[in-house]
Amino acid sequence: MTPFLQIRNLSKAFGPVMAVDDLSLDIGDCEFFALLGASGSGKTTLLRMLAGFEAPGGGQILLEGRDIAQVPPNQRPVNLMFQSYALFPHMTVRANIAYGLEMERLPRAEIAARVDDILAVVELADLAGRKPDQLSGGQKQRVALARALVKRPRILLLDEPLGALDKKLRGAMQLELKRLQHEVGITFVMVTHDQEEALVMADRIAILKDGKLLQSGTPREVYECPQSRFAADFIGVMNFFPGKAEAGGLRAADGSLFRAGNRFEGAAVAAVRPERIHLGAGENTLPGVVAAMAYQGLDLQLHVQTGAAAKPVTIRLTADVAEAQNLRIGDAVVLGWAAKDTRIFPA
Amino acid sequence: MHDRALMLAILGGVFAFLYIPISVLVALSFNEGGLPTAWTGFSLKWYGALWQSPDILHAALNTLIVGLISAGVATVLGTFLAIGMEIRRRKGGALEALVFAPMIIPDVVLAIALLSFFSLLKVPMGLHTIIAAHVVFNLAFVCAVVRARLKSFDWAIVEASADLGAAASVTYRRIVLPVLAPAIMAGGLLAFTLSVDEFIIAFFTAGAGRGSTTLPMQIYAMIRFGVTPEINALATLVMAVSVTALALAQRLNKGGLPGQ
Repeated sequence: MTPFLQIRNLSKAFGPVMAVDDLSLDIGDCEFFALLGASGSGKTTLLRMLAGFEAPGGGQILLEGRDIAQVPPNQRPVNLMFQSYALFPHMTVRANIAYGLEMERLPRAEIAARVDDILAVVELADLAGRKPDQLSGGQKQRVALARALVKRPRILLLDEPLGALDKKLRGAMQLELKRLQHEVGITFVMVTHDQEEALVMADRIAILKDGKLLQSGTPREVYECPQSRFAADFIGVMNFFPGKAEAGGLRAADGSLFRAGNRFEGAAVAAVRPERIHLGAGENTLPGVVAAMAYQGLDLQLHVQTGAAAKPVTIRLTADVAEAQNLRIGDAVVLGWAAKDTRIFPA
Repeated sequence: MHDRALMLAILGGVFAFLYIPISVLVALSFNEGGLPTAWTGFSLKWYGALWQSPDILHAALNTLIVGLISAGVATVLGTFLAIGMEIRRRKGGALEALVFAPMIIPDVVLAIALLSFFSLLKVPMGLHTIIAAHVVFNLAFVCAVVRARLKSFDWAIVEASADLGAAASVTYRRIVLPVLAPAIMAGGLLAFTLSVDEFIIAFFTAGAGRGSTTLPMQIYAMIRFGVTPEINALATLVMAVSVTALALAQRLNKGGLPGQ
């Protein structure tokens, strides 16, 4: 069976810069897929090629086996939710949402029924008569979403969908969007620079850097098994210990040997997640001094200065563990973690 | 306190300098006796007299024809020019100075240039040449007003329209033109007022006969025999039309109009 959406060797150059560089990616039907990268990684260019606003320099975009790379945007079964929302300022909420259906020349009654349905889904029925400048940021976002969804596209593209919202609203909308995607059963492809957003919302994530695909996988895979130092650093918090890889693991600057889950030769860094480090000796052991503590409600973040890295090591303890230890700044502690939680990357 | 009084005095002086002559003109147009030296009572008889003069009515009709057609043509062309220029500018490259030259070149130079051009081509002159000449400078003004609006135009809505299935022509008709409508109308009204009181260019390009005399030319012809009360009334009417159109334009286009 062919994958729902196949991106094959897609490239796009702007002058001498390769915005998207020979990128291949498969996206499944009804999947919530996140394109994650810093600005300049090519994620937005990729999204605009999927929408049809940029012509690929090379490669194919196969939707259910059919190449749509040359199909103009107004004839693609794909809709884009713009980062700026791009609502039509002279039209009411209802007219904005109906616009796409009018373009399909559907009967009036059907348009009205579908607009009513989607207004109910995004809970905007009582604002249908307003103009965009009379709406809050969150309401505009929902209008933009409704306007794209009402077309029942095969794929909904979302360009930083929550970028313009404040932090609290963003958290609520993350779950809302996920619920909605499940409800309508449409493939969502989202562009974001926010790794936390990608982890929370997406079924699968692709990490892009300099127009290339670095790694793709489920949130768990990219978080637990990053395949490069960049990916390890970009997703979540990671402690790095520079040193030299040898047969047993990695020899750090202070002489301690860290055993790891993978093998490597030469100059390297060992990486371990804060939540994998506990107090007390383990397979890997490192002494240090508490440099700072940050109380975060459910857990306590500890910064421990050690000889193995210039930057303090970050560890996360649950609040009850931390309380039992009764730690203070300046206390000497021993950190321990398992070999399987340690990964070695080329320096 | 002293400074403030001085500033108010200066402000008053400036406004007096600007508006007293116009106020006198308007007041005299309602003066029954018709003499600038004495107020003999309020009357509309000079306005009535305008209706009796076939020359003035004919000139008014000409002005209306020139104003409406030249403003109309300039509005259509200027709007598309502005949109095209903005798209080009976004892609890099501009021809701004070329388009706005007619706004800056002295009217008399433009008038002579147009006159020589029409004579060179041996175009018989009349209302149509005045209209063409007025389109030349009106185009620049409409273009400037619409471009000012385009500066704050969100081009993402054009892409959004295409994304939702609209062809380019539909996007223009249903999205671009309605969003720009206030600026387009303001540009058209501005063009109309500029055309209505334009004298030099019309005078040069009207040709020899009296058939294509416009209102400003008619006033100029009448004034050679002294300022009559009819002229005051006529000038007041022309001013009323201009001020109304300009006020309307300003109201429509809150962004403001470029200076003349």
